[in-house]
Amino acid sequence: MKLENIIQGKAYVLGDNIDTDQIIPAEFLTLNPAIAEEYRQFGRHALAGVPPAQGGLPKGHVLFHKNETDLVSDYQIIVGGRNFGCGSSREHAPIALDAAGIKAVVAEFYARIFYRNAVNGGYIVPAETAERLCEKVCTGDELRINLEACIMENLTTGEKYSLRPLGEVVPILEAGGVFPYARSKGMLPS
Amino acid sequence: MIAYIVLLALRFSNELPAQGGLLDLPPMRIWEWKMAAQTLTEKILARHSGKSSVEPGENIWVDVDILMTHDVCGPGTIGVFHQNFGREAKVWDKDKVVIIPDHYIFTADKMANRNVDVLRQFVKEQGLPHYYDVGSERYKGVCHIALPEEGHTRPGEILLGTDSHTCTAGAFGEFATGIGNTDAGFVMGTGKTWLKVPPTLRFVFKGDMPPYLMAKDLILAVIGDIGCDGATYQAMEFDGEGVYALNIEERMTLCNMAIEAGGKNGIIAADQKTIDFVKSRDKASKPFLVEKSDAGARFARELVYDVRTLRPVVAKPHSPDNRAYVDECKGTKLDRAYIGSCTGGKMTDFRAAAKILAGKEVKIDTFVVPATTEVARNLKTEKLGNHTLEEIFLNAGAKIGEASCAACLGGPSDTFGRLNQAIRCISTTNRNFPGRMGHKQAEVFLASPLTVAASALTGLITDPREFLS
Ligand code: SF4
Repeated sequence: MKLENIIQGKAYVLGDNIDTDQIIPAEFLTLNPAIAEEYRQFGRHALAGVPPAQGGLPKGHVLFHKNETDLVSDYQIIVGGRNFGCGSSREHAPIALDAAGIKAVVAEFYARIFYRNAVNGGYIVPAETAERLCEKVCTGDELRINLEACIMENLTTGEKYSLRPLGEVVPILEAGGVFPYARSKGMLPS
Repeated sequence: MIAYIVLLALRFSNELPAQGGLLDLPPMRIWEWKMAAQTLTEKILARHSGKSSVEPGENIWVDVDILMTHDVCGPGTIGVFHQNFGREAKVWDKDKVVIIPDHYIFTADKMANRNVDVLRQFVKEQGLPHYYDVGSERYKGVCHIALPEEGHTRPGEILLGTDSHTCTAGAFGEFATGIGNTDAGFVMGTGKTWLKVPPTLRFVFKGDMPPYLMAKDLILAVIGDIGCDGATYQAMEFDGEGVYALNIEERMTLCNMAIEAGGKNGIIAADQKTIDFVKSRDKASKPFLVEKSDAGARFARELVYDVRTLRPVVAKPHSPDNRAYVDECKGTKLDRAYIGSCTGGKMTDFRAAAKILAGKEVKIDTFVVPATTEVARNLKTEKLGNHTLEEIFLNAGAKIGEASCAACLGGPSDTFGRLNQAIRCISTTNRNFPGRMGHKQAEVFLASPLTVAASALTGLITDPREFLS
């Protein structure tokens, strides 16, 4: 994925401490993301571990995939609370979100390894906000993120929220991940 | 290392050559050296990036000493490596790559077995010496316990692994942390990675441990205090006589769960116990550097605990920071007890459990899973009274599984001990997020091996003090 300045899509809202077992339960880790077809399959299992009542806030019990066999979700932006992606180091977590068609996650802050994996592989944009948006945005709202302006607009309600600058990870996301970045800097032969 | 010591000596003699000195570092006077007081984590990172000192928040490139991967993240890492360095590329240093299949081992799952084949094939192509193959004499089990057993942990080094509990090895006075497949693929090809230097939090344990407490109680208390995001992006250094009184395995338990507070690494400066352990395990006798935090080092926060005043702790469902004291939730009905994993499946853990279970019978399904094959062998030989630990567990009615991660992370549905229904389990493992041990609606209480064993005897959450008097 190359970094796009504008990311627009429907919101799927989750709470705090969404750990990697919820994002991609361990039983699906036998799929090998290095194989293209198996990478796509991760999309189907993304968020399979979220307890139903906590999926699609504020109401809950909102399915992330319309049909059980869908690889891609109807939602493109995840809004979470604190400590998104905590738990294991499995890169399968940002991969599953990417395979499900998620472009960006907007959370208060991230667990370290998830954030790093998301950036290194260039899978999704991990945006941060100072506001507690998981209590302001509703699942299904249409969101529009402007990364350069550090603003997210809720097109459904007209509200605007500010995002923290992505800062030092921008060049890596712009290059499409840590390998293309290292090549562009001459750290690896191209 | 020798060069470094020479450099240090030169520094203290205040006679560094002005230019082109050893390691290409800028000249420095003794008073400057004294000013730059560093934490242990900062010292290790500085040395591996060729700098004299580093600041928290600084991004640096470091040389990696050991890269570890396993069956769950190995295939993805190998994929990233091939894709970016080419199908014919060789790893940066054969002696520094360690591959330990441990997660999905005793299962009929075809994909899981296929993943082990991917590792095997790679090891063969690359001629890697440090591979512990399933079904062979060399098979080990849980990677974080296998690493020190096989001599891959040393003070002062940098160990990266594709598993978040790689932080366990901080117990050996090294910088150890978990990374993803892409990072690991990069390290595999270059031996380098970029890191942001973390600020260090210090946890000081004072006093002598009472016999009813274990390292698991200490770390659950810490996580309960600071929360499961309380150490995000930070190093957790454990210090104080309470820590140095612990044996190596208990120190590993402390560092193991640093990640459950969001920590980048857990670390304990090496002492004589560490040195003796490392020397007894490292067949290659690689040199290593023993260091500790400087007296004036800056810690982002310091918490002091008096271990004499602590009580046995559990983490209630569904988060490791959902702390309660055992005496607050005793009597809670349980369906299952589980003793195993990199956190609670070492000899110290089984000795503690055996002390409680000896000559008694469990009231609920109780699963015992040795972390490694070495632990499994020791269960058959080490005795408490007239019986081996294995006999004590079997006589008590527990089931013993084979060395691996088993139900610690759920895994395929035929995994030993997996929670396939919405039942309530008390476990010596490290995570109790929804679905972690299998079923999404299952409830997991995390506790020390003493507390889990006591609870297995009653079928209720039970204070180990009831059985220890
Ligand atoms: S025992 Fe559990 S926590 Fe430890 S490496 Fe295995 S799955 Fe991870």
